[in-house]
Amino acid sequence: MSKISNAIYEIHHMDMIAGRDQWVNKIHPLVKLILTIIYIATVVSFQKYDVIGLLGMSIYLIAGFILAELSFKECLWRLRVVLPLVCMVGLANPFFDKVPVQLGFIHINAGVISMFTLMMKGAFAVVASYLLIATTSIEKICYALRLIHVPKILVTQILLTYRYITVLLGEVNRITQAYSLRAPKQKGIHFKVWGSLTGQLLLRSIDRANEVFESMTLRGYQGEFYYIGETIHMRWQDILYLAIWLGIIFLFRIIPVIIVIGNLVGGMFI
Amino acid sequence: MHMADALVAPAVAGTMYACSTAVAAYSVRKVRLESDPRKVPLMGIMGAFVFAAQMINFTIPGTGSSGHLCGGMLLSALLGPYAGFLTMIGVLLIQGLLFADGGLLALGCNVWNMAFYGCFVGTLLIWKPLMKKGATKGKIILASILGCVLTLQMGAFSVTLETMASGITELPFGVFVATMQPIHLAIGLVEGFITAAVLVFVHAARPELLYGNEDVDEKTGKFTFKNTLIILAVTALLIGGALSLVASSNPDGLEWSMERVAGTTELEAKGSIYDKAASAQETVAILPDYAFKDSESAFGTTFSGIVGSLIVVGVCIGSCYIFKFFRKNKTI
Repeated sequence: MSKISNAIYEIHHMDMIAGRDQWVNKIHPLVKLILTIIYIATVVSFQKYDVIGLLGMSIYLIAGFILAELSFKECLWRLRVVLPLVCMVGLANPFFDKVPVQLGFIHINAGVISMFTLMMKGAFAVVASYLLIATTSIEKICYALRLIHVPKILVTQILLTYRYITVLLGEVNRITQAYSLRAPKQKGIHFKVWGSLTGQLLLRSIDRANEVFESMTLRGYQGEFYYIGETIHMRWQDILYLAIWLGIIFLFRIIPVIIVIGNLVGGMFI
Repeated sequence: MHMADALVAPAVAGTMYACSTAVAAYSVRKVRLESDPRKVPLMGIMGAFVFAAQMINFTIPGTGSSGHLCGGMLLSALLGPYAGFLTMIGVLLIQGLLFADGGLLALGCNVWNMAFYGCFVGTLLIWKPLMKKGATKGKIILASILGCVLTLQMGAFSVTLETMASGITELPFGVFVATMQPIHLAIGLVEGFITAAVLVFVHAARPELLYGNEDVDEKTGKFTFKNTLIILAVTALLIGGALSLVASSNPDGLEWSMERVAGTTELEAKGSIYDKAASAQETVAILPDYAFKDSESAFGTTFSGIVGSLIVVGVCIGSCYIFKFFRKNKTI
């Protein structure tokens, strides 16, 4: 599958997952958005050597995947984008932070631990964002953004961009396929046609924008884009879900729960 | 250049969110003042265009490799800095959520590093003054290349500052800067050439679409291709020369600055508040002394960690399945 077809498939697939009739999908989008941001902020706030503390934070992700019945394999594929950059930054740590640390019977540099926590933070943040987008459609996220008073210009623009990504990706796919059929054995687009090929796509996109505006005006567009259709009310279950998770995140951030339980249970055997 | 969530501390992320929000609020106000109802659909479609154009592989002559378009400078050259900035926010948000390129927490940083410099510095300081007396092929090429190179350099430098301020990496400041800047110089050049090619085409086909060129007579302000090349060469020499001098004499800028201010490159914190903070840190930290070599409790901590993790994960999974079991029974 080509890169473009892959991207189109990914967008449709995420739409399909987010539209499922699942309990987690029905939670108020604002609750999930706030929870995701707080979770990511808490994860990155851990000290650079606090591997065990970070491990505790994985419970939100594990619970999320089980409750939403999501495939973890699919999510792992998304890490390919973020991990190389995080690794590039983290790989320097073992060379510059050479304080010796004993981990069980093994002696390692403290830099190895900080590199590991950095990778964990990167992975956890990506997985948490995946949980959000896999259980909440972009329309609902935009609805939540409007609730926190993000200007409608910005929200409408985000929605339109999202809706037209697949249309324009399809167009690029056709253009590049036609080009490769006429210019076989060529890796990319020759520099002589950089301007005309992309420029044609650009002009067609601008014409399309005018057509979209006319269609929207004919359907009664007056600056506000009603994308959900109905108001989503905040239920008591949503508030309870938020409160429980905030409590757990706060608890795991301030108390070393894993060590406490480990000491308690491990102490019985030693 | 997308920063991942893991590379920013919450305080840095919050600060950058505040900066980006302020610019976004100002941009929204400016776009509203334009009161052009066609602008929002155009911004939406142009955002989708940037996504689509990023998927095209452009062959770089003589290298065998290919480059991509990022789009910040291109968007603002067509939509103007304010609408371009807002469009880039949308693009970055969708990229972060849908393609894991960037992140929710680092969005403020990414908006600042990629959208702010590209749209405001690139367009208001380079593109607009150059196009004041009308756009020509030479001016478009000059503005695109200069704009992309300069804004990417500024963005890359901001990435370094934000990462260092977050205390994420042990990499010295000088080494980090020396790694980031040359890579982004090459990326900026490729981006600049692609942007120039597209904008030159637009100028030939529909010149009224270019920002700052709507009401200007085409014949004024001649700027030849030869002049453009000369200016580019001189600028490259100046920037390259100046940067190499700084790089060779002061390999680590942060240490150099500290030595000048404090007389030493290592700062010591003394006082009761620091002692209290250190003791609080020791209490809260899971690996307070990182289980150092001679620590007697090293094995104990590791063992507790493993046992504790297994129990917490087990309890978490068990609770979820029990919760699901009861919910299923309830629905039946």
